[in-house]
Amino acid sequence: MSNNILEINNLSVSYGGIKAVKGVTIEVPEGSIVTLIGANGAGKSTILRTICGLEKTKTGSIKFLGEEILGKPANYIVAKGITLVPEGRCIFPNLTVLENLKIGAYLRKDSIEDDINYVFSLFPRLREREWQLAGTLSGGEQQMLAVGRALMAKPKLLMMDEPSLGLAPLIVKDIFSIIKTINDRSITVLLIEQNANMALQVADIAYVLETGSVTMTGKGRELLEDERIKEAYLGKKKQ
Amino acid sequence: MKKSRTDMIFNLSLVALIFAAVIIVENIPGVNPMLSTVLKKGSIYALVAVSMNLLNGFTGLFSLGQAGFMLLGAYTYAVITIPDSAREKVYMYVKEGSAVSRAWFDNISNALHMSEDVSKLLIMIIGMLAGGLIAAFFSWLIGLPVLKLKRDYLAIATLGFAEIIRAIFQWDKLGPVTNGSNVLRNFPTFKTAVFPLTVSALCILFIVLLINSTYGRAFKAIRDDEIAAEAMGINLAHHKRLAFVISSFFAGIGGALLAMFQNTLQATPFKSAMTYEILLIVVIGGIGSISGSIIASFLYISASEWWLRGLDSGKFLFIESPAVLRGGFRMVVFSVIIMIIVLFFRKGIMGEKEISVTRFLKLFKKKDEKNKEI
Ligand SMILES: Nc1ncnc2c1ncn2[C@@H]1O[C@H](COP(=O)(O)OP(=O)(O)OP(=O)(O)O)[C@@H](O)[C@H]1O
Ligand SMILES: [Mg+2]
Repeated sequence: MSNNILEINNLSVSYGGIKAVKGVTIEVPEGSIVTLIGANGAGKSTILRTICGLEKTKTGSIKFLGEEILGKPANYIVAKGITLVPEGRCIFPNLTVLENLKIGAYLRKDSIEDDINYVFSLFPRLREREWQLAGTLSGGEQQMLAVGRALMAKPKLLMMDEPSLGLAPLIVKDIFSIIKTINDRSITVLLIEQNANMALQVADIAYVLETGSVTMTGKGRELLEDERIKEAYLGKKKQ
Repeated sequence: MKKSRTDMIFNLSLVALIFAAVIIVENIPGVNPMLSTVLKKGSIYALVAVSMNLLNGFTGLFSLGQAGFMLLGAYTYAVITIPDSAREKVYMYVKEGSAVSRAWFDNISNALHMSEDVSKLLIMIIGMLAGGLIAAFFSWLIGLPVLKLKRDYLAIATLGFAEIIRAIFQWDKLGPVTNGSNVLRNFPTFKTAVFPLTVSALCILFIVLLINSTYGRAFKAIRDDEIAAEAMGINLAHHKRLAFVISSFFAGIGGALLAMFQNTLQATPFKSAMTYEILLIVVIGGIGSISGSIIASFLYISASEWWLRGLDSGKFLFIESPAVLRGGFRMVVFSVIIMIIVLFFRKGIMGEKEISVTRFLKLFKKKDEKNKEI
């Protein structure tokens, strides 16, 4: 067996008649950071949502630790060790910060005290706001909470959908350094980013997605130097 | 966690105090009989409102089936508990007579030499539980298709269900069980407010414990964001159904209590208007606040049954009410008050908060600190 924690093979997803994902093949090696980049509407979020069972499809296969998980319900997949930080800070606004974190550990039966402390050590701002309603947090704090909440599930594979969306550059840097830290704790990370520059810097492997298909693959650093990528996603003109 | 413990102790002692007050008030002769009515009906409405709040306020499922489930509970209770000796008279308009008998219970009760009081209390409890279970069973049945619907559609579907149930219970062919559109009576009832208060308090305690458990947290998560909740591994269908079934169970118990309160039972009052009444209480108290629902129930019942009665009968707030206003004007005043509340106090009395001594004490502490600074 390979050392891929996740293997997506020839996956297609459509909404009604419209194909959003067309035969995508992606491999995520254990312990790595993999990023998907691509324009708006390319199908990135759809792929992540399908992996964790929020979107249903019959074509293709998704293997997690060798087991086929396509078609399994979300609660089964989360219990297996995949957690998604959904697009747009889907925190629970009327629950407190602490309650949000506890919901993240919903499927766990063991003690979560240590993990709460771990999340608070990653995001000290959250500790100060333990009793605050999550909806009253600032955008950046909400994103921290979303990441912290996902960590509470003790995932083997953490998927993040645009964690830097709408954040100030300084906070974006924080988030990326946290991603690194999380990855060092042997959690595999699958990351979607609009901020291709940052994403490619931290990623071991990157996939470029265009209108539902993978058009390019490579090491993160390599793609950073690629002329086509520079032009299309990094906003740099060809010399 | 210390914070919630002081609150708990405070709330429990508050409940104990209310009970003591009730028992004293009820035993003083010459006390306003309206007070007793308010305590009885108020506690029943509090239970039903809290059960509706569990669904609408805490799980975010906008259901309007409450009256239907109350009707199921009320009828189940009455049909099971009417003594066999009275059945012939109660079902006299039904050709076939009553198809149900409580001989099974009377036999057990006789065999165990139960005293009359114990036997009555026991059949009341059995009847109530059966009422709750039947209501829960029906909600479980319709839950699967209905809970897939989004907001407004769910409301319409549950409203429709309640109306259908009411029509079915008035159907002649079911006469041997439901007595058709005739009145059911002679079932055991309570005399003092202690019984409904106790039952309501126990049921509400259960709901509060549920809301503060991991299940309750999952309900609130579903309310806040379904997709995120699902992504956290919460099984949406399972939890929604659970909330629906539990809410209906307690609506059924509330219905049984209401039947006892009224002494007689007919399907007609269990109209959608009853559901709206309860919804209104939930809104007035604050969607998502248990203590709000309880306070609002007693206020609502006090206003509609007691304080505004004077407008009808002559004396209102020590003023003679003009003759023109008598007969029906009470409901106009009542509706205006409700409209004002809904328009200007949209979050209700309590918002989403609960009564909490610790918060209350904090308020004082802050004031103290400020005073010190000055
Ligand atoms: N629920 C839905 N119903 C219909 N079409 C959808 C739905 N969700 C996504 N789509 C469509 O599928 C395509 C891919 O959407 P997706 O959200 O995966 O894009 P994305 O790559 O994440 O884009 P972005 O970077 O803007 O988030 C888009 O054309 C979108 O309109
Ligand atoms: Mg997206």
